[in-house]
Amino acid sequence: MLTFTIRRLVLSVPTLLFISFVIFMLLELAPGDPLAGMPLTIPDDVRVKMREALGVGQPFYIAFPKWLYQFFVVEPLYMMDAIFGTSWAGDQQRVISWQTRSPVMDIVVQRLPQTLWVVGTAYVVAILIALPIGIYSAYRQYSWFDNAGTFVTMVGFSVPPFFSGVLVIVVFAVWLGWFPSIYDTTHEVTDWASFKVQLQQMVMPVMVLALQITSQLSRFMRASMLDNLNQDYVRTARAKGLGEKTVVLVHVLRNSLIPVVTVIALGIPSIFGGAIITEQVFKVNGIGQLLITAIQANDLPMVQTLTFIFAILIVLFNLIADILHGILDPRIRYD
Amino acid sequence: MTDAPISMDKVEPTAPPRSQWADIWAQFRSHRGAMWGAGIFLFIVLLVVAGPFVYWNDPQFVPTGRDFLNLRDTRPIYTLLWDADAKVNWLYPLGTDNLGRDILGRLLIGGRISLAVGMAAMVLSVVLGTFIGVVAGYFRTLDGPLMRLTDLFLALPLLPLLLVAVLLFRDRLSGMFGPEGGTFILIVTLVGITSWMQTARIVRGDVLALKEREFILAARSIGTSPTKMITRHLLPNVMSPIMVSATLGIATAIITESALSFLGFGFPPDFPTWGKLLFDAVDRMELYPERVLWPGLLISLTVLSVNYVGDGLRDALDPRIRGR
Repeated sequence: MLTFTIRRLVLSVPTLLFISFVIFMLLELAPGDPLAGMPLTIPDDVRVKMREALGVGQPFYIAFPKWLYQFFVVEPLYMMDAIFGTSWAGDQQRVISWQTRSPVMDIVVQRLPQTLWVVGTAYVVAILIALPIGIYSAYRQYSWFDNAGTFVTMVGFSVPPFFSGVLVIVVFAVWLGWFPSIYDTTHEVTDWASFKVQLQQMVMPVMVLALQITSQLSRFMRASMLDNLNQDYVRTARAKGLGEKTVVLVHVLRNSLIPVVTVIALGIPSIFGGAIITEQVFKVNGIGQLLITAIQANDLPMVQTLTFIFAILIVLFNLIADILHGILDPRIRYD
Repeated sequence: MTDAPISMDKVEPTAPPRSQWADIWAQFRSHRGAMWGAGIFLFIVLLVVAGPFVYWNDPQFVPTGRDFLNLRDTRPIYTLLWDADAKVNWLYPLGTDNLGRDILGRLLIGGRISLAVGMAAMVLSVVLGTFIGVVAGYFRTLDGPLMRLTDLFLALPLLPLLLVAVLLFRDRLSGMFGPEGGTFILIVTLVGITSWMQTARIVRGDVLALKEREFILAARSIGTSPTKMITRHLLPNVMSPIMVSATLGIATAIITESALSFLGFGFPPDFPTWGKLLFDAVDRMELYPERVLWPGLLISLTVLSVNYVGDGLRDALDPRIRGR
């Protein structure tokens, strides 16, 4: 297991390097000028200097290693400094956003809590709802509960978040007036009343996201339970007189959860990646919204850094899912 | 009576011989959701293909002068049911938008584009996925590199890259093929080359399993060339997973296109697609909820029906389930 983990970790380095190179080269082609918004009265020689200061127009064999160095060496050093109060980083150049002229990672750290709160809550809620639904619909296959569950998951699957989001806004914010339609990120939780406000504004985005994640997970859970329910060991367990509850909730469930756990692990990068569309609909200024505005404003360092962070997370959680699968299922041995 | 010997040559088969496809069709027909899905999907296709020929209003016509004031922002006819004073026009069944353009007409035209994008992107992704899957499964030397490529694509954060790529190539392609054609080619290509991975993986797995079977050995032993081997023996046997991923591919492609349009990275402004219509209507959804509702409903209904068809197909093509 350990050698497998190490081998996969070593293999993921070239993968990530290649991905970062692809992203970098794609963005190098991008049209647009970071100085386009500057006043026209700036003299040409100053403009050239500003361009140099931003590092625009450097050939890629200089810009790419430089960016890699900044991302993998300078930024972690700054992070250590911020946590432990040291000053290892000195005043080395960080990855600077062209939009705000401030370090990209600072903005990411500012935006991350909003995304984690909304998307993370939705993920947890979805798991809590999806597993029981999946288990029960598999246990009572083709019952009315199963049919209704299948229909609801199909709908949750098919209705895109930009429609379900808008729909719940129309129903719950406009007609019923229960929840605010816009997520206020400046809101601070200080006491019970403000906590209630926070909950209220989280309900709708969480609902939309959770519906989507629930439908995927519960379908998975159901299929996995169905695979296991007809196996011989289940008959053995029943034959030796175990109660139905023990058979289903201990024997079958434990075996069925193995693939589901890996699916859950594979979905975690999307929590950090933020639900780009849902954040856009509810005006949550999290990571996804940051990415959209950065793309629209041609802020290449920001887009590069964000997409690369997503790529790292995806690769990392793929690895974690594989390892989890190996640990949970003794039949799988990677070595 | 019962003693009478049964002479073998008088026994006729009671049922006519059944082909595999007849079995599949029978199984598919027994899946109620899939039949409904197929019906609704065909109805929507028929509606958007034939609708604009029959429908009387020009979707791109913008009235001017006094007409503009009279025709803009009319509500759907059914608004009269609860609001007798609503501004409606019987010639415009679903009302008009803030420029006085007919909404039903725009929905029909927009559906054509959304469905065309969905189908074209699906074909591209299925062809690409099948090709890579078959090649990776059949030729052992290419298996490693191609599967690493698939893993690489699976590790890319797709939606951000799609957005960036749209921004990059939109102007260049618009210059070459006109704003609509350019965006169409761009979106179809992008959706196609970012969604082939699942198909490739499934097809590769199936081909690997098939390669061990006796009929492949027999075919190889009489000297069948690799090309013939793939087209004659392998492809027909991996048709069923390909068909399932093709149906599901339409659904993903339609959703991705609408998502791009919704984020403002899709077709040019005066060019309706369902996602675009929805996006344009969001700002005024409190006053005119129907403008959000109809495109959203159409997208969801199409995707839902396609998903059900895919579900039914999967059951029908699975010989273990069929005949139960």
